[in-house]
Amino acid sequence: MRDVAIIGVGMTKWGELWEKSLRSIFVESALLAIEDAGVDRIDSMVVGCMSSGLFIGQEHLSSLLSDYLGQNPVPASRVESACSSGGLALRQGFIEVASGMSDIVLVGGVEKMTDVTGCEATFALGTAADQEYESYHGLTFPGLYAMMAVAHMHKYGTTREQLAMVAVKNHDNGSKNPLAQFPFKITVEAVLSSVLVADPLRILDCSPITDGAAAVVLCPADKAKAFKKPFVRITGTGQATDTIALSSRNDIAWLESTHIAGSKALAMAGRKIGDIDLFEVHDCFTIAEIMITEALGLVPKGQGGKAVAEGLTARNGKFPVNASGGLKAKGHPVGATGVAQAVEIVKQLRGEAGERQIKSAKRGLAQNMGGTGGSAVVHVFEAE
Amino acid sequence: MAGIIGYGAYIPRNRIKVEEIAKVWGADAPSYKKGLMLEEKSVPSPDQDTITMAVEASKRAIKRAGIDPREIGAVYVGSESHPYAVKPSGTVLAEALGATPEVHTADLEFACKAGTEGMFIALNLVRAEAIKYGLAVGADTSQGAPGDALEYSAAAGAAAYIFGKDHLLAETLETFSFTTDTPDFWRREYQYYPQHGGRFTGDPAYFKHVIGAAEGIMAKAKMKPSDFHYVIFHQPNGKFPFRVGEMLGFKKAQIEPGWLVSKLGNTYSGSSPLGLTATLDIAKEGDMILIVSYGSGAGSDAFIFRVTSRIDEVRNLAPRTRDLLDNNKNYLDYGVYAKFRRKIRKAE
Repeated sequence: MRDVAIIGVGMTKWGELWEKSLRSIFVESALLAIEDAGVDRIDSMVVGCMSSGLFIGQEHLSSLLSDYLGQNPVPASRVESACSSGGLALRQGFIEVASGMSDIVLVGGVEKMTDVTGCEATFALGTAADQEYESYHGLTFPGLYAMMAVAHMHKYGTTREQLAMVAVKNHDNGSKNPLAQFPFKITVEAVLSSVLVADPLRILDCSPITDGAAAVVLCPADKAKAFKKPFVRITGTGQATDTIALSSRNDIAWLESTHIAGSKALAMAGRKIGDIDLFEVHDCFTIAEIMITEALGLVPKGQGGKAVAEGLTARNGKFPVNASGGLKAKGHPVGATGVAQAVEIVKQLRGEAGERQIKSAKRGLAQNMGGTGGSAVVHVFEAE
Repeated sequence: MAGIIGYGAYIPRNRIKVEEIAKVWGADAPSYKKGLMLEEKSVPSPDQDTITMAVEASKRAIKRAGIDPREIGAVYVGSESHPYAVKPSGTVLAEALGATPEVHTADLEFACKAGTEGMFIALNLVRAEAIKYGLAVGADTSQGAPGDALEYSAAAGAAAYIFGKDHLLAETLETFSFTTDTPDFWRREYQYYPQHGGRFTGDPAYFKHVIGAAEGIMAKAKMKPSDFHYVIFHQPNGKFPFRVGEMLGFKKAQIEPGWLVSKLGNTYSGSSPLGLTATLDIAKEGDMILIVSYGSGAGSDAFIFRVTSRIDEVRNLAPRTRDLLDNNKNYLDYGVYAKFRRKIRKAE
């Protein structure tokens, strides 16, 4: 297996991009990544997208996007694993380069979510839950994560305020990210007095509906040096599945797929969790970030709430989590999220993260997951 | 110089509170009250519709104008809830007022701005000297789908204006319209309730067009926000008029006198025209007033009026808008409201 490097990243401003189409936001980010890499061709591309069919009525996305990027007839594939589609696209791109099948691979993620009504978007996202055992009974994702939150609070004493602190921290980080959908700070009081969505989760506990895309360019690490730019190696990748239905889990206050994917990625990289300088994780709801920090082993089981309250995961803490603003403040165009996490870590490891730069960051970890953890993808990145 | 010679308002007595609607749908009333600045809305009785309210408002406008209805050369009714799909509201109104048969009438529809459209046309026919007096009414008994965010605001009311060239109570200094193809809200034929684009109704729709029209008319008239005593913006909820006012550089005190929505709801075609009747009720000679409507689809009409001394002679000839809003209210529970709004189907 060849070592794999990221030699270029691209991302444009996320938000309600009503004046742009899916293809245009994808092409903008892809061109930025290609330009950043300085390559004059790509050999192949992989795109993560969860539900373009339900959101914009468009499938057959890989060929459409390679056409609009001007790259026909390169092979192009779309991968889908709900909200971890982007992370999975990165893993597929990694495998393609590592195996020797292709040299220069563009990995993109995209989702155009605001061209439908809120109800339609909720339905589309709901397809990531188990249709027969969850969705048919009226469950939506805020409801599922609310049950996880209640379980976590009951079992470990996690407090309502601690949940709020995750959103406050991520908005503080996001306020320093010009590409974020919501680049402003919020307060604990604002979270606690915001509209109740699914008890105990309030609207400011939830990541938003977002239009956005992100892209990276991969190549074999031994060829990356030729581009005479700082590059970042992907030294570990891990993927795991779990039951889609929350009701089939042994413990709904624990994310087993993230635990396994994280352990595999770290083992592959030959690193321990304490070796990592920054984390981008899947905070689709505030409770998710708390549970992810536990599953990855940043803190012992049940201590995620306490950790955020004590500042462990703050930008200047021991384990900075979601310096980009996370899904909460940066936005969550589901298929793009996993790729955008890689974009952030590359920027951090290249020292290009501006005001939110984590000092002397050398290694980063990205965790992306689908549904309530029915799928998880984790990557470890290291500066060259 | 052409302008307003008479105006009249009509608001039904019935009200329903935001809490009463939220209770039925399990919704969070405080978030509507705080987020949209809505408290209650007007509800028409079963025997009231756009035409009956237009008649009430127009009779009051004629009282203030002090004219013979037979001198009215044009009658325009702007509404998105004309009682008939085919058969004009304007003919019934003109007949009820005694303005027939030598009169031109037309029904207009443009979501929430059909009222100011009629005002624009009537005013310009007067300016062109095609007619002596022109009547324009904005009236609606608008409906929001049960449980939809619109149900908290969709209200009923009417405002009528008579334009002429003599004995003006407000001169028209400038007009301006700003229109694009922006599908933020619609109702197709045979659909009972309208649909809307959620947050899309904000920045690319309401704000773009209201700002476009307000900036356009101020540039045309070489005026700035501080030149106006009062400004009225379309009021789909409580928040939007204040936010757009702030964006344009207006102060709260300029907006508040014509800001009725928290107690009235959104009367659609009647919304900004009723804001203007409330403002004229308290205006003094020389006061400059800017009104900017908004209709989904989308467009805004803007007018600049200068109030004359005649306002003092006419304002008490008919009920004042704030009195209609604040007095003699009849609160409904959701059941009676549902019956009044024909949300309950009885056996044939």
